[in-house]
Amino acid sequence: MKVIVKIAIVLLLGVGALLAQSELEPGSTHLINPEDLLMLLQVPKGDKPLILNVGPHLLYMQAHIPDAEYIGAGSASQGLESLRRRVKTLSHNTFIVLYCGCCPWSHCPNVRPAYNELHKLGFTNVKVLYIADNFGTDWVDKGYPIVKGQ
Amino acid sequence: MRRTVLIVVAVVLVIGLWKLSHRPHPGLSGAPVGKTGGGGTPAPNFSLQDLNGQALSLAKYHGRVVLLDFWATWCGPCREEIPQFVALQDRYRDQGLQVIGISMDDGPKPVRGFYREFKMNYPVALGTEQVAESYGGVMGLPVTFLIDRDGRLAAKYDGAVEMATIEHQVRALLQAK
Repeated sequence: MKVIVKIAIVLLLGVGALLAQSELEPGSTHLINPEDLLMLLQVPKGDKPLILNVGPHLLYMQAHIPDAEYIGAGSASQGLESLRRRVKTLSHNTFIVLYCGCCPWSHCPNVRPAYNELHKLGFTNVKVLYIADNFGTDWVDKGYPIVKGQ
Repeated sequence: MRRTVLIVVAVVLVIGLWKLSHRPHPGLSGAPVGKTGGGGTPAPNFSLQDLNGQALSLAKYHGRVVLLDFWATWCGPCREEIPQFVALQDRYRDQGLQVIGISMDDGPKPVRGFYREFKMNYPVALGTEQVAESYGGVMGLPVTFLIDRDGRLAAKYDGAVEMATIEHQVRALLQAK
């Protein structure tokens, strides 16, 4: 009996982890495509999301989405700490878009931990910018607006 | 017996699901862009300090074929490539190949650990915004450049490199007069 319970726990943990990850699989409603985010940003009076960059600083400095705030790499404990500080006073239904773009989507080490952190904190209106290859290819090279520096 | 079978089934199921969720990205392989036979535009020089504090500049390697790799410790495809760059450096050093790594990490600590762990046998420096921009901007990793013996850009690979492709290219550049 004990063994069956242990197996059930292992399975539940495994499936739970996979479900959490599958929330960010391509096609998920928790993602937003670059062209859709661009449209949101271009609507003159629309509600703009809070855009948080959770990638490497050197990449952010070279080019980032206008008004995106640099938080820190989501793969680092310091980055997650900065994220917690930034959202501490926000309402849980604040529309937040997270992005990184350092690497191909399946290899990005930053967006998933940041997304999971906000989920854990109770934020319910979070989307992650789906960057298939990298920020250069999927945003900059398309001629979408960027800002350099801090 | 039944207990063992159940445990094995559970483990296999979890591993199988994990593998499915970690399928490689279909667009991972990089492709050469621009000129690939040498004789392109001059590669921008840079002057940085390597991890040991020694001066590292591209100009110092004029006359050698340079494989310049922009990478980072947190970049999965970069981690997969680096052992192969280490092997290339060993194989072609005497024929004139010099690999140089420019890390886009935010600080040196993880890079030093990585350098030792992967037994990197070529110089590595921390990158700067200026160096990245001089190479057209590095807004995704890895990015690899091949530079011919005259210091001219010969190829650029965005994304992970097919090692057979790059080795073929390296050999051609090493043999070019």
